[in-house]
Amino acid sequence: MNWIYEPWPWYVAGPLIALTMFVLLVVGKQFGMSSNLRTACAAIGAGKASDFFKFDWKAERWNLMVVLGAVIGGFIAANYLSDNTVEINPEIAQQLSEDYNIKSAGEAYLPSEIFATEALSDPFTLAILLTGGLLVGFGARYAGGCTSGHAISGLSNLQLPSLIAVIGFFIGGLVMVHFLYPLIF
Amino acid sequence: MRYITYLVIGIFFGVIMYKSEAASWFRIYEMFQFGSFHMYGIIGSALVIGVIGVQVIKRNNIKPLDGSEMSLKPKNKSVARYLLGGILFGLGWALAGACPGPMYVLAGSGYISILIVIFGAIAGTFLYGILRDKLPH
Repeated sequence: MNWIYEPWPWYVAGPLIALTMFVLLVVGKQFGMSSNLRTACAAIGAGKASDFFKFDWKAERWNLMVVLGAVIGGFIAANYLSDNTVEINPEIAQQLSEDYNIKSAGEAYLPSEIFATEALSDPFTLAILLTGGLLVGFGARYAGGCTSGHAISGLSNLQLPSLIAVIGFFIGGLVMVHFLYPLIF
Repeated sequence: MRYITYLVIGIFFGVIMYKSEAASWFRIYEMFQFGSFHMYGIIGSALVIGVIGVQVIKRNNIKPLDGSEMSLKPKNKSVARYLLGGILFGLGWALAGACPGPMYVLAGSGYISILIVIFGAIAGTFLYGILRDKLPH
């Protein structure tokens, strides 16, 4: 039963993600984890502020159910199927420790320096989390999809727009990690 | 009954994201540092199977269970929105170390802090809705 607690290798996870996409296609839906953010905005009345949120959000309630499922899946995996630590490349772990004083690689699932509940009392950490979320939400809707919608669904359907978006994801990510991290952290 | 189906799909997806460590900040950082094949292997193997499967669906004209059309419509042609939106998304992905799917998974796994990221993502979506007509698409 050890394989349950061990991290699942890429050749197990990748095919299972493809399976998730096919199951959604078979039930007539599209795999994409960011459109639910628009549904959420519409559901809390954002239609008053912008036509972008004036649509029949009740027809999109299914994606809120997928979200609820993902929350439950995270709960099950963290509590019953994992020791909640992530081992990464030791060189990267050492570099994180030396350059940014992030020393929790191998000991936690997320860096406790940023994600521990106590860190929320630090306005700097709060700003990082909020800005990261803002960019993800804004960028996903501007680009018309996120990692699942473009990198998995769109590229599987050989969509050039999705390739452009994924190239954008990597430009943004590389700029952040290589040029902005040294300025921010 | 249909809602139960979506819930089960979500649970399945959530467990995969967490167990593959695709929901871990460390794995995202490592990916952008080209420190491991792991994340590239996940996305790459999902894609190989995805591309083949979508071709099989299209060539055999397979329909969803309810007989409607498969959600495989071509995306609108443009460069600006995909590139600019993509870059902004990528900046956030690397800063928060999480993309939308994993955010919910992490909320379930008990990280209170991720709720700030989710709040930011909803606010960012709202902001896009307000500014949409002023942006190049």
